[in-house]
Amino acid sequence: MSAVSLRGDERTAAAGVAAVSEPAARVAAAWPLLASVEDPEIPALSIVDLGLVRFVEVGSDGQLEIGLSPTYVGCPATEVIRRSVQDALRQGSVGDFKVTTVLSPAWSSDWISADGRRKLLEYGIVPPDQSVSNMRDVLRGTRPLACPRCQSLDTEMVSEFGSTPCKALHRCRACLEPFEYFKCI
Amino acid sequence: MSAHASKVDSDALFRYVLRLGDLSLVLGQRLGEWVGHSPALEEDLGLANIALDLIGQARLLLTYAGEIEGRGRDEDKLAYLREQGAYFNAILAEQPNGDFGQTIVRQVLIDAFQLELYERMAGSRDERLAAIAAKSVKEVRYHLRYSSDWLVRLGDGTAESHARAQSALDLLWPYTVELFAADDLDRQMADIGVAPQLSEVHAAWSVRIDAILNEATLKRPADRPHAWHGKRGQHSEHLGYILAEMQYLQRTYPDARW
Repeated sequence: MSAVSLRGDERTAAAGVAAVSEPAARVAAAWPLLASVEDPEIPALSIVDLGLVRFVEVGSDGQLEIGLSPTYVGCPATEVIRRSVQDALRQGSVGDFKVTTVLSPAWSSDWISADGRRKLLEYGIVPPDQSVSNMRDVLRGTRPLACPRCQSLDTEMVSEFGSTPCKALHRCRACLEPFEYFKCI
Repeated sequence: MSAHASKVDSDALFRYVLRLGDLSLVLGQRLGEWVGHSPALEEDLGLANIALDLIGQARLLLTYAGEIEGRGRDEDKLAYLREQGAYFNAILAEQPNGDFGQTIVRQVLIDAFQLELYERMAGSRDERLAAIAAKSVKEVRYHLRYSSDWLVRLGDGTAESHARAQSALDLLWPYTVELFAADDLDRQMADIGVAPQLSEVHAAWSVRIDAILNEATLKRPADRPHAWHGKRGQHSEHLGYILAEMQYLQRTYPDARW
C-alpha cells in the first residue's frame, strides 16, 4: 500500500501537463484540501506549511497523485498524515487519487514555509535554523536559542531528543520555562 | 566499472540490503529495551527516539529487500518470520545493553559506521538505496551527536564512569572488526557501485572514532582477528532471545494486525 517514489518536486513539471482544464481544476481543488490537514503532533501547522507535499499532479492514467515526504523515517505521524490526506481528499471533488511516498530528495527542515516558521514560533516551538548543509554545524553547532516566551538568550539544551524525533528539549534560565526546538535536518 | 560488472545479481542485492536493514532493526530493538529503564527521562526519550529512527530505516530497507526478492514478503514478514540464521546483521548490534555506558559505546561504534557508510551510499548507483541512505544519514548525524556527547561525558567524567566506559569499549571493540571485514558480497556490491568500499568506510570511521575517544580520554583497544560471521547468518547466543521477544506475537497470532 505504501508505494515509494524516487521523484522529487515535480510541481513545476505538472503545470506543463495540465493543458486540459479538468486535471488542472482537480489539482487546484486538491491544494486547499491538503492545506487543511494538520500535523498530528503540531496541530498549529498544516502539512503544506511543513513542506511535506512534494507534488500534486494528474498522471496519464487519469489518477490524481499526491507525493508526500516523511519528516523522519520512523515518525509514527507519517501514517496518520497519509490517512488524514486520504480523508481530506474524499471530502472534495478531486476524483480518483493515490498517495505516494517520496524519499528523494530527503525532506529538509528548510522546506518549512515562512508562514510555517511563524506559526511554529507562535505555538511555542523555536523554528529550525535554515540551510545547514554543513555537517560540522549539525554535529557541533550550538547557537544560543532565544526563549519563545521571554526572548532571553540565556537558554540551555536539556535533551537532544524531545517529545518527537524532530524536536529537542531546551530550557530558559531566565523565565525557567522549558521549550522545544524544531531540529534542523 | 566494466559493462559486465554492472549487472546486479538480485539475490546478492537482496542479501546485502538485509544486512543493512537487520543491523538497524536489531539495534533498534535493543535500544527499545531501555524504554522505562533509562537513567533519566531525557535519556529514555533520546534512546527511544533513536530506536524509532533505526526501525524506520529497517522498514524502508526490508520493504525494498522484499521487492527485490519478489516472493511477496513485505517488511513485516521479513522482520517477524525469519529465523535467526536468516538474519544478516553484524554481531555488534545484538550485544546486550549492559549498563548505560555499554549501550553508549555500542551506539557510538555503530552510529559512526552508519554515518560513514550512508554518506558514501548516498551516491550509490542503486537509486533506491541512495535515497534511503541520503534520508537516513541526516538522522544518524543526530544519533552520533547524542552518543558521542555521552561517551565524552562518561569517559572524561568520574573515575567510576571512566572505568566503566573503558571496560565497555574493551568488551565491544573486537566486534567492530566484522563491520569492516569485506567478504565476497561486500566486494561484489562495491565493485558494481551499489555500496562503498568498506576499506574507505573503515578509514573514515577510524579517524572519527579516534577523535571521539581522544576527547573522552579513552584508550583505543588493539584490533584482533575476528571469528564473527553475523553478516552470513552465524550469530551469538543473544540474537535468539531478541527475536523470541520481537516475533512472539506474530508467531502466536499469525497475521494479527492493529
